[in-house]
Amino acid sequence: MDEIFGIPAPLLFGQLLLGLINGAFYAMLSLGLAVIFGLLNIINFTHGAQFMMGAFVAWMLLAWAGVGYWGALILAPLIVGATGVVIERLMISRLYKLDHLYGLLLTFGIGLIVEGVFRNYFGSSGLPYRIPDALQGAWDLGFMFLPIYRGWVVVFSLVICLATWLVIEKTRLGAYLRAATENAPLVQAFGVNVPRMITLTYGAGVALAALAGVLAAPIYSVNPQMGTNLIIIVFAVVVIGGMGSILGSVLTGFGLGVVEGMTKVFWPEASSTVIFVIMAIVLLTRPAGLFGRA
Amino acid sequence: MVPTRRQLLASGAAAATIAPLSRARAQANTVKIGVLTDMSGTYRDNTGPTSVACTKEAVVEFGASHGFAVEVLDADHQNKPDVGANIARQWYDQGVDLILDVPTSSVGLAVNQIAKEKNKAYINSGSATADLTGPQCGPTTIHWTYDTYMLAKSTGGAMVRAGGDTWYFITADYAFGHALERDTAAFVRAAGGRILGGVRTPFPGTSDFSSFLLQAQAARPKVIGLANAGGDTANCVKQAAEFGTTRGGIKLAALLLFLNDIHGIGLQTAKGLICTETFYWTRDDKTRAWTQRIAARTPNNYPNMIHAGCYSATLHFLKTVADMGVAAAKASGVDLVNRMKARPSEDDLFGRCDIRADGRRLMPSYLLEVKSPQESTGPWDYYKLLQTTPANEAFRPLSEGGCPLVRG
Repeated sequence: MDEIFGIPAPLLFGQLLLGLINGAFYAMLSLGLAVIFGLLNIINFTHGAQFMMGAFVAWMLLAWAGVGYWGALILAPLIVGATGVVIERLMISRLYKLDHLYGLLLTFGIGLIVEGVFRNYFGSSGLPYRIPDALQGAWDLGFMFLPIYRGWVVVFSLVICLATWLVIEKTRLGAYLRAATENAPLVQAFGVNVPRMITLTYGAGVALAALAGVLAAPIYSVNPQMGTNLIIIVFAVVVIGGMGSILGSVLTGFGLGVVEGMTKVFWPEASSTVIFVIMAIVLLTRPAGLFGRA
Repeated sequence: MVPTRRQLLASGAAAATIAPLSRARAQANTVKIGVLTDMSGTYRDNTGPTSVACTKEAVVEFGASHGFAVEVLDADHQNKPDVGANIARQWYDQGVDLILDVPTSSVGLAVNQIAKEKNKAYINSGSATADLTGPQCGPTTIHWTYDTYMLAKSTGGAMVRAGGDTWYFITADYAFGHALERDTAAFVRAAGGRILGGVRTPFPGTSDFSSFLLQAQAARPKVIGLANAGGDTANCVKQAAEFGTTRGGIKLAALLLFLNDIHGIGLQTAKGLICTETFYWTRDDKTRAWTQRIAARTPNNYPNMIHAGCYSATLHFLKTVADMGVAAAKASGVDLVNRMKARPSEDDLFGRCDIRADGRRLMPSYLLEVKSPQESTGPWDYYKLLQTTPANEAFRPLSEGGCPLVRG
């Protein structure tokens, strides 16, 4: 059996693939954060809770309404996105003129409250959510056993990331959004309803988090802490990629997933820290992030 | 007349001295139990609000006719030793007479030190580390419900007997995981088995175990030992099923698994796993009746051994206080705990159990298998009994623990 750095090659390939799968979650979550930060200048700390809500709404749809995975993939982001719209209208919209810190505190607080409420009603052990029948089973790749569902997660999230990037960079709507970030009064003067656009953008960012939550539901146990574990890492991803850079956050998400996966082989105890070490190095050398504009 | 500022200050100061006096008088006849537990993290369902509910149930059943009042406090230690130690210090200083539960071994050990320092009683039901009655045993501590040695002997021993003689460990990287791995490895080696390797996973904060499972698989063991707990174990079991880890005949040994974890994993995935508890609610009519009383308080979470332990410990503590008098019980934690050790605990859930000089309470351990969905006859009916280890064999012998209380 071939070895690379003393590790059997099949094991290393397996870890690379697993890194990509985790990276897919990082990418989707940091994408939503980057969209929200880029256009609203709000650091959305509720993102982890909204990811968790996506998973819970999927569970509720199945348990209470009999709506399966495929329905949840569409409905859950819409429902959670709608709660995002309400939050933006009622609370966040009042903070645009203030320092970033206020938005951060508000969204952090909302996140804590949402998690507390879910914990109160659903406990912490988590709820089971089955992998849909069409994606059951696994492929034997020779070097590893790849569950079909995990493969689906990678492909699906790549498509979503690409689509989001295209919408923002290549369409007329995206052009409006980008223009509104640069100079909102001017865009408004051309007859575009900027406040409504911003509200919907926040809703869309939140829906992305919820979509990632639905994808995660069959893999992790659906529990109120599931977002907390992930969100800190995702923030590090956004900082490394460059705040507000959409392509940057996607590439960094996948890249760091792989780096983390490799660390799990060579030094497992450090796997929860490695991303923050990279973050520190990037901040020291390129404060605007790898893909950010200074 | 409008009082001057000086008069106001004086009367305020006077009121301030009177109030504590009357409070102190009320306190002298109130026994306080502080349930220090995980109210918000991964062990919330295994301990948490249900531990508090069981403690309160015991207080109610003990009754109010013993000439003293009982107050139950609770707090969240967030699985952090520094947070837990701070609350314990504060509680003992404010007249709490017993700290109970304290899951998460690192926190359990930290509170152990403080109980010793403050000469106050401490009954641990939630932590697993056998060090509490080993090198770190204390004269004010009783380890009530289970420990890593007993889990290793029961679950680990059963796996080895079934032919699982090569092991690989996935271990939570903190006091509990290390202790569980150490104790299990000792049993495996003693039975002629081999340890092929292991991986230590960061705690808390790991939710993806697929990478570790893949490493374990590559080592080709017969058994993968999961030296973790709560949501970590649940995620390992789920992901092992997903990645076909058990396809090639590799067996999973969930060295610590509670009823509540199985609820979260779902019987479809968890069926056939074996685990060990010292209490399971379907054991007999008495345990069923008690469980229905608790379920009325926490309908979404049925009690496991830790919860049953909190109930049983509270009863034994209150009986001992009634026996020796509130003043004497408050005066010295060492005396109180010695009195508790001097007589066996007795209740509907565990029967009659001796408490050893090192603080280890002895009771039978039950090796359980998780039922399949077809075998389960009702909500939370998850276990079938495979084997019972009697009380005098279930735990580490007194002479092997290295507890200074015993040597001296």
